[in-house]
Amino acid sequence: MAAYLIRRLWQMIPTLIGVVLLVFFLFKYFGGDPAEILGGLNATPQQIDAIREQLGLNKPVWQQLLIYFRSIVTLDWGHSWATNEAVSNIFATRAPATLTVMIPILVLDTLVALPIAMWVAYRRGSLADRSIMVVSTVALSVSFLVYIIIGQYLFGFQLGWFPVQGWSDSTWTNLVTYVPLPVLLALLVGLAPQTRLYRTFFLDELGHDYVRTARAKGMTEGTVLFKHVLRNAMIPIVTNIALALPGVFVGSFLIEVFFSIPGLGREIILAVNRSDYPVIQAVTVYLAMLTMLVNLGADILYKLIDPRVVLK
Amino acid sequence: MSAVLTPPVLGPRQSEGVWRAAWKRLRSDRVGMVAMVVVLAFAALVLLGTVGLLARDWQKEVGVPNAPPTFMGPAPAVEQSAIPVPKGPNVDLSAVDPLAPRYKEWDERAARFKAEDTVKRETLPFGGDRLGRDVLAKAMKGTQTSVFVGLLGAVVATLIGTLLGALAGFFGGKVGDFLEWLYSVFTAIPDILLILSFAVIFGRGIGSVAIILALVGWTGLYRQVRAEFLKHSVREYVRSAEAIGASAASRMFRHILPNISHVILVRMSLLVVGFIKFEVILSYLGLGVGVDDVSWGTMLAEAQSELILGYWWQLVAATAFMAVFVTAFSLFADALRDALDPKLRGLE
Repeated sequence: MAAYLIRRLWQMIPTLIGVVLLVFFLFKYFGGDPAEILGGLNATPQQIDAIREQLGLNKPVWQQLLIYFRSIVTLDWGHSWATNEAVSNIFATRAPATLTVMIPILVLDTLVALPIAMWVAYRRGSLADRSIMVVSTVALSVSFLVYIIIGQYLFGFQLGWFPVQGWSDSTWTNLVTYVPLPVLLALLVGLAPQTRLYRTFFLDELGHDYVRTARAKGMTEGTVLFKHVLRNAMIPIVTNIALALPGVFVGSFLIEVFFSIPGLGREIILAVNRSDYPVIQAVTVYLAMLTMLVNLGADILYKLIDPRVVLK
Repeated sequence: MSAVLTPPVLGPRQSEGVWRAAWKRLRSDRVGMVAMVVVLAFAALVLLGTVGLLARDWQKEVGVPNAPPTFMGPAPAVEQSAIPVPKGPNVDLSAVDPLAPRYKEWDERAARFKAEDTVKRETLPFGGDRLGRDVLAKAMKGTQTSVFVGLLGAVVATLIGTLLGALAGFFGGKVGDFLEWLYSVFTAIPDILLILSFAVIFGRGIGSVAIILALVGWTGLYRQVRAEFLKHSVREYVRSAEAIGASAASRMFRHILPNISHVILVRMSLLVVGFIKFEVILSYLGLGVGVDDVSWGTMLAEAQSELILGYWWQLVAATAFMAVFVTAFSLFADALRDALDPKLRGLE
């Protein structure tokens, strides 16, 4: 196990170097000149030269790359160009808000979709099964934007059940007052496709021989479904959740923008609009790292779910 | 392509080509056929829009601002300002007005131009936006933009993914390792983040949105094409081609590619739907198509503030067009997959 872990972590290094190179050269050669962006429209050439000097843009490319690598290794991402706030501080203060919204969405989505998926897969071809398929196709066809616009208007503005948007300093107030509406809307959109996906996983397992054997042995349907099918279907389900996890940390950009939640997603949009390179670069590298770690975690989880899985 | 697909007549009965068989299967799929007709109708709309026959003057302000749809009748007249507007100066200022001697000249000059008072319509078939532009024309133009961006992005992503996948799968070795590394780099970064990073760099515009989406979306296709090439490159027909001296390029693109083109087509059609949704989000955030263009995303962005004021028609128009197209296209893509790749049928 330890050897496996070390090897997997070792294999991440080339990928990570690739991500860093991609981000570095992308912004270096295709992005606008940072000095001109920072200087603004009225900057004199002298001022732009001064900024260039200050940021080290006069140095040779390999030296800049070295500085960039050092900032990653030391976790010192520098300061935002727009607000001069330390990038590490941006992470620390924005991430909690994102997690407050996104974790309930992920948990509820999974907890609600799993039983429905199992039920419709078990009753394949029934009316409930077919209606879920139709609803999920139609639900998926409309942009999430529309759901948020109508949801905010209907539940927040017309009916007044929830505040239209807002945020407070207390996590509890946030959870009770401000989070329910975004979570409800995200569930509305996410539930049908999620159910559809999990349904295919269950259907896949239900067709296997071991299900017939278990039934032939006289096991109750409950045992067959929950002890045999569910456990086997967990592998693709866990993969799916693991794939969704890195997204949790950035949050849904749209949710945060619409509900003015001061999370990482909104911060990224702000950074993008201001061409705030340090923030974008840091978020990209940091999220790539996280994605790889989460994938490793998922692989280890397989072993726990299914002892037959051999880690190699 | 047909040279490979139609086998020479050797036996008594000619075997069915993959495309003909697929067309037969597709024709028996009623939902798929209806979806195809809808998709073709949209394709016609996009084509007519591109050559300028449809929705050409969507920017013309034909109605009053926020003109309601015709079936609702004109908006109730709002009480105009109660104080009557004075007709002219109430005192004769010409003695002190330094501009007075030139008024006559200006009036003459102005008379040489023809001013035309256009009558703005009170209602429009599907309502008007805040400038009085026809929402129906706007929605058609927006459809054209959004569908075009989705299709162009998917085509470019397919080209990138197919080329790289073919190289990786056919040659393997150092080339394969390098491309696998590139793939792992691109997949390590979450899609939406990659899209936003590219959006900062490439700026706005229909072309750049398509390129951004293609640069982010090629990975899944690359993976599948690579797997197919790995599988096919050791098959007998490819070995035979090598034996008679076919070059590597000829084996890759004239022998193997036609045999896996159905897989590519299915993948590409799945990409279109995803790309259209991303375009809508990007345009809403102001990172998508240019300010002069209209797409479903920009319409939704406008609709958000209109809805609060009770002007719901733009939201409904954009949503309806998008829902119909995306539903039809998803169903069509599913039917296409079932028809071209019967092994997958019944899994979903």
